[in-house]
Amino acid sequence: MAVSTAAGPMPNALTTGRLPKGTIWMVLGGSWLLLGLVFGLVQMAGGTKQYNLVGALFLGTVLFDILVFVISYLVEGVRQARDRLATSLVTTAFIIALLPLVSLIYTVLLNGLGRMIQPSFFSQSMRNVLGAEGGAVHAIVGTLEITAVAALISVPIGLLTSIYLVEYGRGTLARVITFMVDVMTGIPSIVAGLFAYAFFVLVTGNVGYRSGLGGSIALAVLMIPVVVRSSEEMLKLVPNELREASYALGVPKWLTVVKIVIPTSIAGITTGVMLSIARVIGETAPLLIIAGLTDSVNYDLVHDRMMTLPVLVYTQYSNQGAHQSDFVNRAWAGALTLILIVMALNLVARLIARIFAPKLGR
Amino acid sequence: MATPTTGAIKARVRLGDRVFSSSTVFAGSLILVLLAAVAIFLIVQSIPAITAKAGTLPNAAPNFWVYVWPLVFGTVWAAAIALVIAIPISIGVALFISHYAPRKLSQGLGYVIDLLAAVPSVVFGLWGVLVLAKGIQPFFVWLNENLGWIPLFGGVVSGTGKTVLTVAIVLAVMVLPIMTAVCREIFLQTPVLHEEAALALGATRWEMIRVAVLPFARPGIISASMLGLGRALGETLAVAMVLSPAIVINFFLLTAQNPNTIAANIALQFPEASGVGINTLIASGLVLFVITFIVNAIARIAVNRRKAFSGAN
Repeated sequence: MAVSTAAGPMPNALTTGRLPKGTIWMVLGGSWLLLGLVFGLVQMAGGTKQYNLVGALFLGTVLFDILVFVISYLVEGVRQARDRLATSLVTTAFIIALLPLVSLIYTVLLNGLGRMIQPSFFSQSMRNVLGAEGGAVHAIVGTLEITAVAALISVPIGLLTSIYLVEYGRGTLARVITFMVDVMTGIPSIVAGLFAYAFFVLVTGNVGYRSGLGGSIALAVLMIPVVVRSSEEMLKLVPNELREASYALGVPKWLTVVKIVIPTSIAGITTGVMLSIARVIGETAPLLIIAGLTDSVNYDLVHDRMMTLPVLVYTQYSNQGAHQSDFVNRAWAGALTLILIVMALNLVARLIARIFAPKLGR
Repeated sequence: MATPTTGAIKARVRLGDRVFSSSTVFAGSLILVLLAAVAIFLIVQSIPAITAKAGTLPNAAPNFWVYVWPLVFGTVWAAAIALVIAIPISIGVALFISHYAPRKLSQGLGYVIDLLAAVPSVVFGLWGVLVLAKGIQPFFVWLNENLGWIPLFGGVVSGTGKTVLTVAIVLAVMVLPIMTAVCREIFLQTPVLHEEAALALGATRWEMIRVAVLPFARPGIISASMLGLGRALGETLAVAMVLSPAIVINFFLLTAQNPNTIAANIALQFPEASGVGINTLIASGLVLFVITFIVNAIARIAVNRRKAFSGAN
């Protein structure tokens, strides 16, 4: 057999049959460029009014997925081709998931910021407002009061329940409560609103009953399971050695829980409570039903309708008056305020969790 | 003086212990009472609607079940399309975060996806109707012209983009964070030994995921889907703001005549409802409660069975 004596450098055995580094990126850039050109031509030919960037990126990515598979199949074989296809598809999924988030934050900032930084937005209510003036004071007051009372109701119940589940609960009752808390997590928010309405109608006999307190109760129904879940997770993290050390010193069980277990996990519990507040503060449907809507400031939780921020956003959009843009602008500004509140709550919660996390000796 | 010690030594019963433990039991039971109260109050308020005679119900429905049936269909239909969109994307995102992204980045990426969960539903509604519906309408026209022979894309295409497909996309975005979170947790729990064994046998990364990660995670994916379904079924404001509703049952995705959902119908009708109309809406809420209760219960049972058999704990 003739030994191959071909001139030229020996191919590196480790890199033959593999695509050179950077090929993937070049294919990606190339397919985006190609589709960008195609869409550009379509626009120049008068096919579309605006340049369709999202369409170009999306179809370019699809073309990339196909090209990668074909090229890799020709060079590397079917197994590597499938692997590369899966990688590019998974990455595509992630990018697709990011698109709405980016678009949403961009449009809310673009449309809401200008109206929100006008002083009238935080100094006026909507009472007797017909034009571009008016603000969200009544809604912010309502949101703060209703959410605070909801938290006052649900934090003690939720925390005590989680203590029961972790420290005391054995047997059927604990299992049933765990299951029911899980199921309660899935109650649609509007059903919670209907429950609060049905409850107050039966109690007061007034079919047109609306009040902020009802809203608090509806939100508490939604909030309790979240508090229970998160506190339970945190209490479970407390090492058993701490409890045993406390018992060994003769400390009663309830004092062990109050003085050892809760202080150790308080950071995580606070985080969970704040995240649950962040979850319910944006709820619209139950408040639309039981707290109603009004244009005036109302500080009284027990009597009369009470406006809230999410409901303000909804009504400004759905009941547009004479000058539509005024109402839509207020809706965007309200949406931005709401997002900022929720993000701030999330951020503070995570900071608390990070800063005050118990230092376990390890 | 010396008392005979009989049986085990009993701890002294302290007042604090009694009070504390019984208050925790009380709080736990309160949750059961609350859940029961939700069911009972809704049932009590629903009875007038369920027993109502023809002529008193809204939409000139002869009885409650005729009234609620198109709504049930719309609810399930919109949620099902949302799930068809959301399941592959959420699995992809979860895989990206758990197995593809660089280890240092993955936590931050997970937080970015969680940000989607922090956006209130009314903001999604506003975005859906003012941005998405307008932006996607030309695509709907294209679908209708080129793929109109598929019954789903047939009919007269909506001029506003406020169709059931737009709603389904918004719903898919909204359920994505919870589904991704659950899938991600499960993917991360895959025994590392299984993954390493697959890689050691020469599997590529995708083959490793197919033979080791996905079979392990299948029950988790199912329960994540059910949780997402529960969310999508109960979503109210986003649907109420985006959809242009009608009292119809059809499978067209792109027309202006869309079946409404239970929750959105309640939100739209409640402020103006009176008399039996209110009871009818509450009764439809009860139907929604039962549907989501069943879906969530199935999801939880699937999760719990996984816990029992996985050997991961």
